[in-house]
Amino acid sequence: MTTGVRLIPLQLRYEQKAFWRNPAAAFFSFAFPIVLFVLFASIFSSTRESAVSGVRGIVYYTPAILAYGVMSACFTNLAVTATFRRDQGLLKRVRGTPLTPVGYLGGLVANAVVVSLILGALIVAFGSAVYGAGAPHHWLGLVVSVLVGAASFCALGLAFTALIPNADAGPAIVNLVFFVLVVISGGFFPIASSSVLSQVASVFPLRHFIDACFASFAPHRSGSFPWGDVGIMAAWGAAGMLAAARWFRWEPRRA
Amino acid sequence: MTGAAAIEVRDLEMRYGPVEAVRGVDLRVEAGEVFALLGPNGAGKTTTVEILEGYRHRSSGEVTVLGVDPQRGGAALRARVGIVLQECAVDPYLTVRESLTQRAAYYRAPRRVGEVVELVGLGPQADNRVKRLSGGQQRRLDLALALVGDPELLFLDEPTTGFDPGARRAAWEVVSGLAGLGMTVVLTTHYMDEAQALAGRVAVMVDGRIVAEGPPGALSAETVAYRISFRIPAEPSIALPPIDGLEVRAGEAVVRTDRPTEALHRLTGWAIDAGTELQALSVGRPSLEDVYLALTSKPEGEQP
Repeated sequence: MTTGVRLIPLQLRYEQKAFWRNPAAAFFSFAFPIVLFVLFASIFSSTRESAVSGVRGIVYYTPAILAYGVMSACFTNLAVTATFRRDQGLLKRVRGTPLTPVGYLGGLVANAVVVSLILGALIVAFGSAVYGAGAPHHWLGLVVSVLVGAASFCALGLAFTALIPNADAGPAIVNLVFFVLVVISGGFFPIASSSVLSQVASVFPLRHFIDACFASFAPHRSGSFPWGDVGIMAAWGAAGMLAAARWFRWEPRRA
Repeated sequence: MTGAAAIEVRDLEMRYGPVEAVRGVDLRVEAGEVFALLGPNGAGKTTTVEILEGYRHRSSGEVTVLGVDPQRGGAALRARVGIVLQECAVDPYLTVRESLTQRAAYYRAPRRVGEVVELVGLGPQADNRVKRLSGGQQRRLDLALALVGDPELLFLDEPTTGFDPGARRAAWEVVSGLAGLGMTVVLTTHYMDEAQALAGRVAVMVDGRIVAEGPPGALSAETVAYRISFRIPAEPSIALPPIDGLEVRAGEAVVRTDRPTEALHRLTGWAIDAGTELQALSVGRPSLEDVYLALTSKPEGEQP
């Protein structure tokens, strides 16, 4: 166990090297959220009153796309990458070395968290520089939300690999779950909080992640920061960790 | 007798539901020896080796690898063992040197990366990204990754499957070199020549059981008789001689016999009487391939 934790920084360094050399991974983690951000912001930035939130469009989209990007970099990316490596036999090979599961998966998770932090900073900077969205009002809440959200979505992504039969099916299955969740959670446009969709979404962590990020940008709507949303994300993350510990597989499934 | 064994297996069984993949295997591999597990696909070779490597939990039997039960050996045992699996698994975006440097950090006393690169002959490619390497070069990197921890025991699961002849020779040289360094090597293969070229001892596995075991030379001497062959005369009028164990295949007559002197005497007598020549006559000890074919081609319905 301890050797594993000690090796996480080393694993992170090599995961980062490999990440930046893989254009597809870098594109979907950084460029894609930014492109979406620009699209939505162009459509809605001048809308003074968005239907539900009562704020300028850009103030809505900064936290929404931030949450979208973090979930994409952690949940989607990790589930697809881990399944791919499982089917390639890379994970099985690693299990034959003294590196522990904690060391290997810790490196993967640390990489996704680093990517999330860079992405978060990029979106906040981009929103305020280009669209004048303004800096967050509650920095602590935002940073804690992003860290807890990233870690939770990583755990859920690793757990989710157990449901993916093979690497070819990975992106399709993961993206279906991801985009349905993004839409019903209000990641692309506001969903009326009284609607059934919204009720369903509030069971899942993304909705709470978006709410927490939103609150850190617009604290005037509700007096104090909604730490309860962060707690629900953490609970999902803990459940994901338990599920991953129980069901994560290191070997390709045999037909 | 328990001192220097790298691997000891007693009455190993492995069941997957109703399927019995391994049915009572006994094995002993001495430290420093090169041991080959030979057999057709589905014989249970890989299952056996994966139990030794710690990937699978056996159904029953006793197993020790370097003195430890591989099911309980954990990271401490894995640090002493190198594993090359059937499928090549290397990260495509790192260079050869980076892959090895990363892996070396998992071990307390690794080999020098430069030394391992030279050992597998990847010197000129050391700073190339893995995805730019050829398939054979990737396999060599895979082997290098297994060697960088300086293991006492190396498992090679079908190390040259899919190689062209030149690459196979090169891989054999590397493996022979490792044996020279005192490393214990266990390899599975379905190539007879590979077992013959590399292994000091061979076990033939069929249907989850070991059906023959010994040094390649001794194995062929014991199991199958001498092999006498000649080309069948072109004249259709000449009937073949009545000799036990004579088979005809592809224009060639083959006699397998335990008493080559008598068989030859009868053959040559028959040829003189018939006024024909024994074209392309050859008398030989059976190759490991003959042994293997004899052991693995069972009559239908014999297995339960």
